[in-house]
Amino acid sequence: MSNLEHGGQPVVGMHLPTKKFSILRSIRENKRSQGLFLISPAILYLLVFLIIPSILVILLSFMTRGPYGNVVYRFNVDNYLRLIDSLYLRILWFSLVVAGMTTVFTILIGYPLAYYIARSPVNQRPILLFLILLPFWTNFIIRIYAWIMILRTEGLLNTFLQNLGLIHFPLDLLYTPTAVLIGMVYEFLPFMVLPLYTSLEKIELSQLEAAADLGARPFRAFWRITLPLSFPGMIAGSILVFIPAMGMFVVPDLMGGAKTILVGNLIRNQFLVARDWPFGAAASMLLLILTLFFTLFYTRRAGFGEELLV
Amino acid sequence: MSEKKPALWLRITAILIYAYIYIPILILMIFSFNTQKLNVRWEGFTFHWYAQLFSDQEVILATRNSLTIAIFSTIIATIIGTLAALALQRYRFPGYTLSESTLYIPVIIPEVVMGISLLAFFSLIKFSLGLTSITLAHIAFSIPFVALVVRARLHGFDKSIEEAAMDLGANELVTFWRVTLPTIMPGVLAGALLAFTLSLDDYVITYFTAGPGSTTLPLRIFSMVRFAVTPKVNALSTLWVLSVFILLGIGQIVQRRQTRT
Repeated sequence: MSNLEHGGQPVVGMHLPTKKFSILRSIRENKRSQGLFLISPAILYLLVFLIIPSILVILLSFMTRGPYGNVVYRFNVDNYLRLIDSLYLRILWFSLVVAGMTTVFTILIGYPLAYYIARSPVNQRPILLFLILLPFWTNFIIRIYAWIMILRTEGLLNTFLQNLGLIHFPLDLLYTPTAVLIGMVYEFLPFMVLPLYTSLEKIELSQLEAAADLGARPFRAFWRITLPLSFPGMIAGSILVFIPAMGMFVVPDLMGGAKTILVGNLIRNQFLVARDWPFGAAASMLLLILTLFFTLFYTRRAGFGEELLV
Repeated sequence: MSEKKPALWLRITAILIYAYIYIPILILMIFSFNTQKLNVRWEGFTFHWYAQLFSDQEVILATRNSLTIAIFSTIIATIIGTLAALALQRYRFPGYTLSESTLYIPVIIPEVVMGISLLAFFSLIKFSLGLTSITLAHIAFSIPFVALVVRARLHGFDKSIEEAAMDLGANELVTFWRVTLPTIMPGVLAGALLAFTLSLDDYVITYFTAGPGSTTLPLRIFSMVRFAVTPKVNALSTLWVLSVFILLGIGQIVQRRQTRT
């Protein structure tokens, strides 16, 4: 709490009582040190529990696995060379495809929804947004489980289709890449809807009216005005969906069966099953570089700000 | 965009998407009262799975672990995150941009990478994995989210109220407690609520930083889903969903009341 006592007051030094401890006074009178004082707990904490561990992983990726799963401290790039194996490249490609398709489907489902909310009366919007968030504040394994119940061989969807007489034998829905995609889209939908809504909500109706006055049909007005103006939200949403989708290993674990292995599964297996930490670290670095590349690529193409921060 | 009733096709599409969001959860809840153990089709109504759940020692322990971690990590992350938000919104200082980007790293780093780096870190410094390591990890990923939420709240804050309080003779501490804090309180509470749910919900980072005896509720649910699918999982899920709904409902009411005054 001592932070609050001398750093917490935000305003100018004019009203300060004199004759205080000189250090306290210098903090009070100097806005720069006040700011540093307030930010330092967060930065120190993240330094210890985020930056240093990350540097550790970078170093680890240049080491070697010892005979007992231990780490041998000898600098080499073998782990990275090993990653250029067709097996690992295929896993990487598959992860990119799954994450990319997840992003596309969340846009396809999320866009009409965000558009609808942005077009609803102002007083209804918070409730409509809240209704999207509500289920997603519950546990995400529970949400996967709900889909497992629906998709499994003796699950609700198969039973339903069989009762209707549409199929005679249950379909293999669960433990397929499609199931993984269904699970991921369901998980990440709100991350797309919220930034899209933030973008769409800002569009002035007068712009669309102007387009209509000039003879543009609704579709053309949407194509030429609404859609381009909502790109920042779409990009922010894509980043928020694509990055966690790339590293995801829980959905493939529960819904994908043994064959569906994504980069996330590879990293997890190297750390906890094969106990080859250096190789797992190299795979993590690859994932990190890919996601950073993706983020930079997209943020460069269109500037965005608050959409990412909703 | 301003008011104009959405077109019919748009409304129908939206209703279908809301159905897509809610139906799986509703099915999950309904089937927690099913008498059939395999949970394939509806047989009859029972509270049996709830009774079984309350006598499951492992679930009770996991709940206690989850709540302990969530409470401690929320308190610490909320304090640190609020201070950081104040610093970033109110002050300019050396290393401002660097601090700002550091704060947002956990938002863009894949969870699995953060998980394994913490695992490597704890093992290097020989810190034994358990409730403490999980809590430390949860604080790390919660700080940025608290800072984001509080900062958004501070954005529209009128400084002149504080200056008025000072002119009327209040010192900085009194001003902070009586003027600043009450004003940003809805933001702080919203940040705390977010940190709390993030902590309760987290599977990936917890998975890498947990040790023997520190199983949390998500870890427990994962192994239940993986190895023994019975309506007991549905019962646990239903209770979870209901408590989150109640918690969020209270949060909404508190926030509305706060913004009104």
